Amino acid sequence: MRYLDRGFKSMKGILAAGLFAVTSLGAAVVSQPVQADALSEIEQRGTLRVAVPQDFPPFGLVGTDLQPRGYDIDMANYLAEEMGVKLELVTVTSANRIPFLQTRQVDLVISSLGKNPEREAMIDFSDAYAPFFLGVFGTDEAAPLDSVDELAGMTIGVSRGSVEDMELSDIAPTDTTINRFEDNATTIAAFLSGQVDYIATGNVVAAEIAERYSDRAPTLIYQLKDSPCYVGMNKEEPALMAKVNELVAQALEDGTLESLSQKWLHASLPDNFGM
Amino acid sequence: MGLTLDFLALSPYVGELARGLVTTVVLTVVTTLSGLMLAIVVAYLRVHAATWVRRILGGYVELTRNTPFIVQLFFIFFGLPALGIKIDAITAAFLAMTLNLAAYTAEILRAGIEATGRGQLEAARTLGMSKFQSYRHVVLVPAFARIYPALTSQCIIVMLGSAVVSQISVFDLTYAANFIQSRNFRSFEAYLLVTLVYLLLAVGMRQLFLLVGRRLFAFRQGGQA
Repeated sequence: MRYLDRGFKSMKGILAAGLFAVTSLGAAVVSQPVQADALSEIEQRGTLRVAVPQDFPPFGLVGTDLQPRGYDIDMANYLAEEMGVKLELVTVTSANRIPFLQTRQVDLVISSLGKNPEREAMIDFSDAYAPFFLGVFGTDEAAPLDSVDELAGMTIGVSRGSVEDMELSDIAPTDTTINRFEDNATTIAAFLSGQVDYIATGNVVAAEIAERYSDRAPTLIYQLKDSPCYVGMNKEEPALMAKVNELVAQALEDGTLESLSQKWLHASLPDNFGM
Repeated sequence: MGLTLDFLALSPYVGELARGLVTTVVLTVVTTLSGLMLAIVVAYLRVHAATWVRRILGGYVELTRNTPFIVQLFFIFFGLPALGIKIDAITAAFLAMTLNLAAYTAEILRAGIEATGRGQLEAARTLGMSKFQSYRHVVLVPAFARIYPALTSQCIIVMLGSAVVSQISVFDLTYAANFIQSRNFRSFEAYLLVTLVYLLLAVGMRQLFLLVGRRLFAFRQGGQA
């Protein structure tokens, strides 16, 4: 701005003030309840705008064709298809995904979004569309456990200080051996080399191991903490919420979600999913 | 910057610290003994065995002395299972530490053995000592006496180096400190405490070695030869 002369600068100031007035007027209009709801707006526009990640495999990543792909992108595609509108993907980061929604630059956030009270105060959440959890995983032959007591006597590898370490340490019976490793990479190495036959980790990490080393694909035997992903949308959008929930329920019913889970997470949906 | 120290934050973890201390001490004692025994064998063979044996052992000593301990440990723990050799964490720690200490000590000891003049050994044989007796009294014991200070340092280095085994989930003193600071985030207190414990262990070991040395090498009380 320093290169502008004074007169021009003040003119710019006036312009900016005018612009500000117009936009705040616009904002005032937008927040009027008389404004059409988001669902009919999407239908009129003929496009569904969805915020998706591109840096969080397998939910959102950039494919070799430089197009976003992943569980979240497939989910967005499914919703747009079922709504009979075109899809417009907006790639976001985990920090700006909610601002994108609040400023109405997107209609939905499908970005491996978990629920917490802070977020619930700002936006609304649909029903869960993707599993996201921490658990104890074993090898192929490992059978699911009925109760936490069955962890007794097992040796479980975990990354020291991680959320799964805290959860596991809290609930594991005293004669469970918890071998803590420095980081995820070392924990995975211990599991892959057979030094531990069980690891506590997230389903996403388990999916990554399964993809690269199918002969030692981790199988969930006990769920530690469940924090599934939800579709985020602005508050006070009952019509859009109803539509999304209807489509999520349908996807759960007709196996669409199951096939997404198989495709991207190399595992079935957990038994408690959608409950 | 205000740093408030809270050593009471460590009190719920006394059990972990004790367990870590016991593991570190046991690891050190066992590997010192096994490492020394292996070192004597290696040093003897490196001086007296056939050329091909000397070459192989030379290879082992050089490989061990010229690679990082943590890499040796990771190779044994994470690498060997690929060849079907699965060794659990604590055994891998014993093995890696023993092999490491033996390689260094064998090299130190070899210098001690080679410093013994050939004439001394021949004199002992002439005096009617058996081959074993003369080797033991004339070569080995004086060699040990000569290298004793270096040996003490090497054993302490291995004790301090044992901190690395926490990386393969052996519950030693460092593992305990890592564990504590991952729970209460009191890293300053936790690491300061184990630093002091390691210091005490090292000083204690040196004193113990001195005491043992005075008894073992009583014949040298006149001072260094």
